[in-house]
Amino acid sequence: MMDTFVMRHLPALLIAVPLFAAFLMPIVGGAGRVVRNAWVVLGALATSAVGLALAWKVLATGTVLYVFGAAAPHVPLPMDSGGIPIRIVFQIDALSALMVVIASLSSLGITIYSLAAESRQSGLETFYAMLFLLIAGVLGMVSTGDLFNFFVFLEISSLAGAALVAYRVDNGVAVEAGLKYALLSTLGALAVLTAIGILIGQYNALNLATLASRLQFTTLDKLALVLLAVPLAMKCGAVPMHFWTPDSYTTAPSSVTAFLVVSSQASLYGLFRILFTLYGPLLSWATFGWFLIVLGVLSMFVGVTMAIPQKDVKRLMAYHAVSQTGYMLLGVGVGLAVLGNPDALAKYGRTAMAGGLFHIINHAMYKGLLFLTAGAVFYRAGTRNLNKLGGLGHDMPWTMVCFMIGALAIAGVPPFNGFASKLLIYESVFRFSPFLSIIAMIVSILTLASFVKVFHSMFLGPRRAEFAAVREVPAPMLAGMALLAVFVVAAGLAPQPFVDRLIQPAVEALVDRAGYIAAILGGI
Amino acid sequence: MTSRLLLALPYFTVVVLIVLGLAVMLSKRNVVKILMGLSLMESAVNLFLVATGYRHDSVAPIFTNVPAGPMALPTVQALTLTSIVIGVATSAMMLSFAMVIYKKYGTTDIQKIKKLKG
Amino acid sequence: MDLFQTLQTGSGAWNPLLWLVALGVALGVALAIRSRGRKDFREGVGRKPFISGNEEPENGGGHVPASNLYWGFLESLKSYYARIVPLHTGIPTDYVAWLLGVMALMLVVVLVF
Repeated sequence: MMDTFVMRHLPALLIAVPLFAAFLMPIVGGAGRVVRNAWVVLGALATSAVGLALAWKVLATGTVLYVFGAAAPHVPLPMDSGGIPIRIVFQIDALSALMVVIASLSSLGITIYSLAAESRQSGLETFYAMLFLLIAGVLGMVSTGDLFNFFVFLEISSLAGAALVAYRVDNGVAVEAGLKYALLSTLGALAVLTAIGILIGQYNALNLATLASRLQFTTLDKLALVLLAVPLAMKCGAVPMHFWTPDSYTTAPSSVTAFLVVSSQASLYGLFRILFTLYGPLLSWATFGWFLIVLGVLSMFVGVTMAIPQKDVKRLMAYHAVSQTGYMLLGVGVGLAVLGNPDALAKYGRTAMAGGLFHIINHAMYKGLLFLTAGAVFYRAGTRNLNKLGGLGHDMPWTMVCFMIGALAIAGVPPFNGFASKLLIYESVFRFSPFLSIIAMIVSILTLASFVKVFHSMFLGPRRAEFAAVREVPAPMLAGMALLAVFVVAAGLAPQPFVDRLIQPAVEALVDRAGYIAAILGGI
Repeated sequence: MTSRLLLALPYFTVVVLIVLGLAVMLSKRNVVKILMGLSLMESAVNLFLVATGYRHDSVAPIFTNVPAGPMALPTVQALTLTSIVIGVATSAMMLSFAMVIYKKYGTTDIQKIKKLKG
Repeated sequence: MDLFQTLQTGSGAWNPLLWLVALGVALGVALAIRSRGRKDFREGVGRKPFISGNEEPENGGGHVPASNLYWGFLESLKSYYARIVPLHTGIPTDYVAWLLGVMALMLVVVLVF
């Protein structure tokens, strides 16, 4: 009974558990450090457990619907509603499930890591409350089937994210980054809200599936499309709107940075959802396919070239985050560009999208891992400046191993997971346009080059006098890093099971717009 | 004709307010003024949401002395309330950021808040 | 081995297990070469690492700092970097302007196509 009750209400728990953990944090925090840490671990474990259970349920039984406040939460259309879903509906299909898996794994890793990494800071109750709000925001963004609800979760994650970026004031520099992040997020969210106003004004609906079934693609809808797509592209850090990314990723505490990556990818999910599910066949596919491809290629190239001369290790990694987002945009963009051509879609379109989506989960894991190792180095050495670091490999061997795993994965070196998804992207994009594929490979080479530099500067060389006191980081930090590292290696050594069970269903969910609509409206 | 103009009036106001807000954000240098511009745009969007909620020939969903006829579903009004709350939270947070920046940098000039660049 | 399936890419395939085997073979070759090295080397006895015949620098002095790496790469792409780096002004207003610019551009694109 208990089991079925929990399983039935998983989507509600997905939001309720992290919110509960967040809002009780200030009270629990009063009971002392041990109780607070126990609460944090409990909250993180429960959130991930709910997330993974929900994803498993979706992948086993198909799209899960959850209507908030309804007597029968799986029935989206109440008898007296006249054929519109009037309540907030969570619609978790395979694509959402993929994002939920990413957020669950990453949140567990970073919370465990932060237990030790943040232990020297003050105001930790607020920190963890914000962290759980951020997690709740991201989980909500990827599972909601309601456009306004999406906006609310977008704002929750932006607000919590900006507060966390500014959390270590750092002589005002962190607050500067927080201000930039908040300013852009708010402006972007306002644009999204305007678009929502335009859509509800015309179609009297907020539900994504209902809107999708009613959309006429009037001039106003085109305006709404731009107001939705461009801010979401900005939030995922696509060039030329990426400027906030290096600023905020650098100054945020490392555990938060690792989750900001996931938060950006939730915006990427939103972008794909808007383009594929909301507008779908109304779009000129070539136009928006190339919109994603151009953003992707610009992001890849500008991101990696800006990364090479950086001196701050986290800023360098942040530019790489921009660059790697480009791969996802490129892969899915190629899929979108050939969506109207069943032949090309079957030949390489689906593979390109599978590569792009596989890269999302891979990127969240290895980039999270890299940010955590950078945080570990900062924790012990007290500086992020690559010119001052050196010789840390003698005293921090496990951090070094984790860094190597992450660096080789991001550079696409086999047998790590980055290679598997990049291979899918290279080979499929090559059949679309060899030129794009070659750019992607060159960017990979430059990525490797820049991580060789980081590896050399941080870990190699003789021991340095100023880092004589450096030791290996505490066990919780290592455990957090190890969790992500294990995934990186596992997905690299056995990519096909991941692609078959997690990625292909997500691709199908993205392509199958009618299925998404039918899940709510029952095949109208 | 006049009634149609009257119906369009809120939308004109929205456009004017959004343009004003954007102009303030892009032209002013004081952080607080920029945040005021952003706040102005927030109000404009809220007004827009409420304006879309007007339904011809229907009554407001207030259940005292209700005249005959259909009631308008007050979805957008609910959205606006949520959006106002979110707006307050963001404004408060960004103003406190501006305060900390002024304490640490000694300036509110947005052109000088650029320690992070390159 | 169901777990270690070949990754199908539509036009190619990749098997991580084969790669691991190849990696093992390469490691074996490397170890074989290493085992043919001099056995009489003792650390700290008379020999110093050979650095172009110069005196060995003090502890840590031989470490090349990060900004000296890839000097040639940055030098040859100087004109590119001279254009791209100044775009990252760090001024929040510029960030906003870029966002609005892209929005305006996309609006034109969407309305035209």
